[in-house]
Amino acid sequence: MPDSNKQKIFVTVGTDLPFDRLVKAVDHWAEQHPQYDVLAQIGDSLFVPSNMLFQKFVEPDEYKRIFSQSALIVSHAGMGTILTSLQFQKPLLVVPRKASLGEHRNEHQLATAKHLKSLNKVEVAEDEHELIKKLSTFSELKIKDPIGPFACKRLTDSISKFIRER
Amino acid sequence: MKDDSDKNRTRKTKKVLAIASGGGHWVQLLRLRPAFEGCKVIYATTKENYACDLEAGAEFYVVPDCNRWEKWKLVKGSLSILKLIITQKPDIVVSTGAAPGFLAIRFAKLFGKKTIWLDSIANAEELSLSGQKAKNSCDMWMTQWEHLAKVDGPIYRGNILGD
Repeated sequence: MPDSNKQKIFVTVGTDLPFDRLVKAVDHWAEQHPQYDVLAQIGDSLFVPSNMLFQKFVEPDEYKRIFSQSALIVSHAGMGTILTSLQFQKPLLVVPRKASLGEHRNEHQLATAKHLKSLNKVEVAEDEHELIKKLSTFSELKIKDPIGPFACKRLTDSISKFIRER
Repeated sequence: MKDDSDKNRTRKTKKVLAIASGGGHWVQLLRLRPAFEGCKVIYATTKENYACDLEAGAEFYVVPDCNRWEKWKLVKGSLSILKLIITQKPDIVVSTGAAPGFLAIRFAKLFGKKTIWLDSIANAEELSLSGQKAKNSCDMWMTQWEHLAKVDGPIYRGNILGD
């Protein structure tokens, strides 16, 4: 049973593809760190965690509730999770999926992680080993600058103008 | 008669179909909402339970998820999106990806509609496959990374992260 006094960590692999490498690594870490409540949305991952609570898919309302209560988010380098973390002002650690390991169709998550890191929007663990290291010092992770609810004004203005043009 | 009503609508409120797959594509699409102010917007995505992200009463449609690797799903998705465009008659289609958005843009162009593609910010080193294919069906073809913009497109006008 979740203990309400424990710090919560939410792990998500998104909704589409399995990410066993991430689920397995965090489950292993959770075994050695019972002082945390770890909950995972594992999608179609095959690995069955034994040291954390897990669900295949968390409904959007529940997802937002879990997000707001978590002290740390751990995820694949998916834009949904990255944007939600920035908006909710939660520290986030991402592990990019690798197409070379069959975790995605191409290597765009490596590109997403690299370029958003250079904009100081995301904290990246290159692989499961770096993840374990970074997990153990996660309380030192700095929260990134917040983002508002909408795209930049230049972008929405350009689209709006284009829609109105004949 | 039909021509008149169509003319009236273009002079009045434009109808926008905003369509994207679930997950990050959908989250990015929703961040464009200020661009649709004053328009009649209909939203479409691949997951039913996303309706809760929209204001009450917003028009919301679900289309089957599809990708280019599963042909049967692609056929089902295509038919559903085609039906949506024929029945809803949007003036403009806007998408952030992926395959369902590309199909919507492609069909909309065939019917002479205005189309806008904003490639996902996830694609930081090259445009997505859907984005590359959307080029010829797009009136406004955009990337969210300045270093990917080219003279003959895609164009860069900022990103969905905000100001």
